[in-house]
Amino acid sequence: MDLNKLFKAMMVAVPLMALGACSSTSDSDTDASGSTSGSSSEYGNGGLETGGAGAVLSPAEQQRLNEQELRRQNVIYFDFDRSELQTDNAEILMAHGNYLVEHPNVRVLIEGHADERGTPEYNIALGERRAKAIAKYLQGMGVQPSQMSIVSYGEEKPLDFSRTDTGFAQNRRGVLVY
Amino acid sequence: MNNLVKWFALACVVMITPARAALDIVITEGVDQSRPIAIVPFVWQGEGAAPASISDVVMSDLSRSGTFSPLDKRALPQSNINTVAQFNAANWGNVSADALVVGSVKPYGTGQFLVTFELIDLVKAQLQAGKGPVNTSELLLESRETVINANQFRQYAHRISDVVYEKLTGIRGAFLTRIAYVVVKQGQKAPYHLMIADYDGYNEQMLLRSPEPLMSPSWSPDGRRLAYVSFENRKAEIFVQDIYTQTRTLVSSFDGINGAPSFSPDGKKLAVTLSKDGQPEIYTVDIATKATKRVTDHYAIDTEPSWFPDGKSLLFTSERGGRPQLYKVNLDTNKVSRMTFEGEWNLGGSITPDGRSMIFVNRTNGRFNIARMDLATRFMQVLSSTRLDESPSVAPNGTMVIYGTTHEGKQVLAAVSTDGRFKARLPAGQGEVKSPAWSPFL
Repeated sequence: MDLNKLFKAMMVAVPLMALGACSSTSDSDTDASGSTSGSSSEYGNGGLETGGAGAVLSPAEQQRLNEQELRRQNVIYFDFDRSELQTDNAEILMAHGNYLVEHPNVRVLIEGHADERGTPEYNIALGERRAKAIAKYLQGMGVQPSQMSIVSYGEEKPLDFSRTDTGFAQNRRGVLVY
Repeated sequence: MNNLVKWFALACVVMITPARAALDIVITEGVDQSRPIAIVPFVWQGEGAAPASISDVVMSDLSRSGTFSPLDKRALPQSNINTVAQFNAANWGNVSADALVVGSVKPYGTGQFLVTFELIDLVKAQLQAGKGPVNTSELLLESRETVINANQFRQYAHRISDVVYEKLTGIRGAFLTRIAYVVVKQGQKAPYHLMIADYDGYNEQMLLRSPEPLMSPSWSPDGRRLAYVSFENRKAEIFVQDIYTQTRTLVSSFDGINGAPSFSPDGKKLAVTLSKDGQPEIYTVDIATKATKRVTDHYAIDTEPSWFPDGKSLLFTSERGGRPQLYKVNLDTNKVSRMTFEGEWNLGGSITPDGRSMIFVNRTNGRFNIARMDLATRFMQVLSSTRLDESPSVAPNGTMVIYGTTHEGKQVLAAVSTDGRFKARLPAGQGEVKSPAWSPFL
């Protein structure tokens, strides 16, 4: 079961994050490289490149960098008429979950959406179940229920209007809105 | 001076040009099975041009019903007649039609008009013509006269259509009704519009416009109020709006889903879907006191409640069997029984006004279409053949279903008769049109 894998990954990731939090001086989500020695990223496109920047990042810092990147992805896709989370979404959700655990004052709105098949009101129910699946997962990571709210738009706000199979797949989604 | 005359003439033309329907009609199936009827253009007995053509509206109504196909008025053997006394049976011997409608309009005081019409039995006339002289008064099926105001031409024309339809079919006409629907115009700041129009798309009026989605309009039994779902506060809430006074009342705003409102037959309650206690469940809400009463209790999705005409039970959609199917729940005992077994999914159901059948969305081989099931025999018939059909709403006389579908990549409304023979599309000018709700008799 893919959820099992997720939990195992979490068991590793959460303690790592906790360690990282101890040594880190910054809680900003834009600060990626708070390390001490020469990272070329500070100099942007200056033309010179120094090697070895990755090597000096601690695992926790590397994790933080990755998660910051992953958090830019805020859409979770679902199978037709299903609300189970899929394995390939685990990384994205963990990035959001870790961030929310670290920042208990940050709130997130979880939107649930459906494709245009079925009736509008059934799709409202389906969209809510998808949003709740995401919320339940995040809560399992330690995110407080008070940090999360849920709204289902059913099939009322499609992203893709083509009404093709690829369009439907784009519309069956959960969205994390900060 | 010349210019002034030109402008005046133009203004007259603009004023005389009849109002356009917001929803057109394209009949796609069933004309060949409808009954021919002759409608003689009503005789105008005033000065100048006639203010409006009542007979054109009657023709349009009867052809939209799917039951009749009005004959081309240029091919009728007699014109300029308005009473049965002027009817010459010998001229009509070769016309194959059940009946003919004649009538007249004449000015009647300030801003008022006297409208008369007569319905003549053409079959009887043709039978009697073979036997000798015809007593024209025996051919009269109906004869009425009424005084109307200048703004009542369409309304009274629908009334005439109602009378003709009922006289010839035994079923009450539903021409004097309205539909409510949602129009979405993407790209606008407030794209979501809740609209009402006459059943034929004329006299379209906007009831509400919002930057956030509007859903599921449902008529009160007196045709005066609409319940609907609005996301204007970034969550689903149920409002009831008086369509005359524009007064809006927030009826349900719990945590989670507040959806699928449906007026009880006495107009005092709404059946709704709420997820405040966890899963989406069916509740009733007293509109005056806002008191809620839980009806269903199951971990699966329960939604889309709709009242049986006696007000004692609800039809609803539930996933408790693994896939969405229709169930009935008794409001006194809360006893639930499953109604549908055929097809992959059955959902979004409502009971026809005669209580004998139900109309719903059926999914078979992955296709979503409108279907009807006879409640006594459990015989199911798929009615529509369009794509992604949803939101069926039955006319108050039970003869026609209006629903939302997709045509050429756009959401449009369509209609199908409850026997499945007549099919039509109702193309709209702008935007996506969905969630139609047919009003009660007005």
